[in-house]
Amino acid sequence: MQIRVLQRSVLPGFGLTMGVTVFYLGLIVLLPLAALVLKSATVPWQQFWDTVCDPRVMASYRLSFGASLIAAAVNAVFGFIVAWVLVRYSFPGRKLVDAMVDLPFALPTAVSGIALTALYAPGGWLGRWLTPLGIPAAYCRLGVVIALTFIGMPFVVRTLQPALEDLDPELEEAAASLGASRLQTFRRVLLPGILPALLTGFALAFARGLGEYGSVVFIAGNMPMKTEIAPLLIITKLEQYDYAGATAIAVVMLSASFLLLLAINMLQWWSRRHSE
Amino acid sequence: MATGTATVPTSGAPAQQRVATTEPWLVRGMLTVTALGFLGLFLLMPLVGVFAQALAKGWGVYLQSFRDPDALAAIRLTLFTAAVAVPMSTAFGLAAAWAIGKFQFRGKNVLITLIDLPFTVSPVVAGLVFVLIFGRNGWLGPWLQAHGIQIIYAVPGIVLVTLFVTFPFVARELIPLMQAQGTEEEEAARVLGASGWHTFWRVTLPNVKWALLYGVILCNARAMGEFGAVSVVSGHIRGNTNTMPLQVEILYNDYNFVAAFSIASLLAVLALVTLVLKSVFEWKVARQLALAERIEDAEESLS
Repeated sequence: MQIRVLQRSVLPGFGLTMGVTVFYLGLIVLLPLAALVLKSATVPWQQFWDTVCDPRVMASYRLSFGASLIAAAVNAVFGFIVAWVLVRYSFPGRKLVDAMVDLPFALPTAVSGIALTALYAPGGWLGRWLTPLGIPAAYCRLGVVIALTFIGMPFVVRTLQPALEDLDPELEEAAASLGASRLQTFRRVLLPGILPALLTGFALAFARGLGEYGSVVFIAGNMPMKTEIAPLLIITKLEQYDYAGATAIAVVMLSASFLLLLAINMLQWWSRRHSE
Repeated sequence: MATGTATVPTSGAPAQQRVATTEPWLVRGMLTVTALGFLGLFLLMPLVGVFAQALAKGWGVYLQSFRDPDALAAIRLTLFTAAVAVPMSTAFGLAAAWAIGKFQFRGKNVLITLIDLPFTVSPVVAGLVFVLIFGRNGWLGPWLQAHGIQIIYAVPGIVLVTLFVTFPFVARELIPLMQAQGTEEEEAARVLGASGWHTFWRVTLPNVKWALLYGVILCNARAMGEFGAVSVVSGHIRGNTNTMPLQVEILYNDYNFVAAFSIASLLAVLALVTLVLKSVFEWKVARQLALAERIEDAEESLS
């Protein structure tokens, strides 16, 4: 890739700042990630395949992908309602609630993890009501979904809010004046307009859930084959000095995140074209 | 931000029309209650829970948690890590935003995507790549060991992974704003004889001040709160390589719940301060962006 200025500019510093940018990006991000890919290339294919297909590893992938999907779906529904209420209705404390939506971004994941565990553990504020009902929330798969729902929620709400604000009110008025019911207007006029944003938010929440570690490990219980997420298995392999195993699992996770990043970029491109 | 119900111009609009583009009050009420219930369950309860657990045995025990030398060491290490990582990410963010925001070149979108890369990488994978490079069996491991340098399971490793995870924060706030603001003010300053540095300090920096602070505060929250990546490279040596989030984990796994939630409550206060400052800066940035757009529109209508 050749980097050069297309237009002559009177502003100085392109060489310096571009140099710093590319150097620091290469040093901190690209070289380390390249090291991971190189390391995986030194792992014999058979060993790589055996590691990834190991039942315990497959179970962790199933849990990581499955729980992230469910959590992203829950967020797509409730995050949509939250974004809708925050954008369209006014009620006392709306600004405060709006600011609070970012809490999962700002709260360190370890803190979220122990806080959620304390809530849903059998003696906790919520766990003591759920356990008699036969719904064990902490230390099982449901706990993983709860933690991932918490962590992914702002992605959906924050992607949907601008899309909802940008909707042209005239379209709704036109639909209403042509005799559409509110539900019809929502399904035929509003939903298609915000679908790209909804999918983007869903994909962002899903991607975050896949890699999440801190908020999950406390509430999951971490039982092999049952409640062990893929990132935890990477750490377990690393603690056993099984670098090849850790690398194999990580490369699969990394490829999944890159595919998601690609999908998200295409979604955003689609939604930009959609809004024009 | 649009105000809630103003979807239809209210001036002179008949009441029926306003009803047609909103939901019946019962639906509105149910949606509002659902949204607030969801947020209460998933945001408010965990947050309140942290403070309730920290204070479960009273203020005396709560404050006692902070007399533990290991806890103090963890707080010091967290502050040190943030003190290194935040300025580095800020300097990088300013350089990247200047190059990307003020100049046209091929491959710009690829560069922006690459800058966002650390966001999509799992924190655990981020930790792992540094172990693969600097760990005892890593690429540079034998050389580092021969020279008596330890990076993994030591403070340098913690700083390195924090640099990785905080990498995009400042850059991604500054790039869109500096792109929107264009180069005309800087060009004017240059034509009037200001030096490059002078232009940057007196023209560019004041224009992006709030977005910069916004990025810095988010960067700081991540630097102080990072858990997964730091956990992989830290080695969990008490009083030595434990940051605050790692100290929380250790105390929690020791069933020392009050002490764990006490440290956690400090981090929760940090999160709340971050949210307040973020809202303030966000509001200021929105005004600055609107101003940049208005100037652009005015110029277009003039030409």
